[in-house]
Amino acid sequence: MFTYILYALAIAGLAISFLKDRKKTKAALMKAWKSFENILPQILTIFLIIGFALAIFPPETIRKLLGAESGFLGILAAALIGSITLMPGFVAFPLAAALLKSGAGYMQLAAFVSTLMMVGVITIPIERKTFGLKATITRNASAFVFSFVVAVVMGVVLG
Amino acid sequence: MKHSENGAGNMPDQMQQNGAPKMPNPPQGQQKPFLKRYGAFFLLLAAGVVTGLVLPDLGKTALNNTLSSFKEMLSVLPPIFILLGLLDVWVDRATMIKYTGKGSGFKGVLIAFLLGSAAAGPLYAAFPFAAVMLKKGTSFMNVLIFIGAWSTTKIPMLAFETANMGPVFTLVRLALSLVGIPLIAFVTDRVIGQSGREEIYALNDAKQSK
Repeated sequence: MFTYILYALAIAGLAISFLKDRKKTKAALMKAWKSFENILPQILTIFLIIGFALAIFPPETIRKLLGAESGFLGILAAALIGSITLMPGFVAFPLAAALLKSGAGYMQLAAFVSTLMMVGVITIPIERKTFGLKATITRNASAFVFSFVVAVVMGVVLG
Repeated sequence: MKHSENGAGNMPDQMQQNGAPKMPNPPQGQQKPFLKRYGAFFLLLAAGVVTGLVLPDLGKTALNNTLSSFKEMLSVLPPIFILLGLLDVWVDRATMIKYTGKGSGFKGVLIAFLLGSAAAGPLYAAFPFAAVMLKKGTSFMNVLIFIGAWSTTKIPMLAFETANMGPVFTLVRLALSLVGIPLIAFVTDRVIGQSGREEIYALNDAKQSK
């Protein structure tokens, strides 16, 4: 259902854009293709890894590690993994969805997704160049703490 | 000028046309040859095939898992990327920057939020953008809000999150982010203080005029 809305929006947007400016519309489509082709190798690789990881680790193992009963330790583990790994959302959300189907908990996945997007340990050297070390550390640390709030609220709402 | 994998890709070009100083490129593997970009994939695929030959059951399950997630993705991605491309071409970011300076008040916060949300691409691509905003006089608080929005409330990503995790999960995270992002910005801004802010502005001025 949601996918159809997206398609409708994209088609409507393209039509309006095309009527207004053909060149810009072509540029937009080129950009769309380029962005897609750019993440394609990452997507393919991650999907292979997910496919194998889920075949090797049965749902029971995932449930134990990141399931609803893994509690605070599971949230902490998920938050740490999210902080140090670097993957685009186009890869992260399918992974989270796959983990959810395999028995991971909403709280743990909320912590994972949240730190993944807001905390970037690997990218500290890049961030530092713009914000300096102090602001960089403060921003990442507050975002890390914030992710636990997201996890807890998610647990209350969906748990 | 390389085109990055994200919506901000064309931003530096616009900036330079407007006579702004050149800003650093995010370190991205753009023009890498095909084999280098897909190398990890083919290596894994080969390893997978070997594993599948030795342990057919495991290989079969893994193959099915991979194909099903891939099919799912291919059905959702095209409209998202088209929207992303349209956004990139039609939204002129350069003119919006000037509305987010000190004293721009709630409007500035709102604009910084929307600016970040309209973006696409990994967080590290946002920092060069943030550097230009700082250089152009956007308040530090608003730059932090922009970074927060870029990281979490990107519109195409929200659509994608909903498709994968469901509307409740997405809405809870969005609602919290609307509070959390300004809060993180506020805390960071306070911890840094006036002297720290001046240092950061100086840091970016020095970098730009190199």
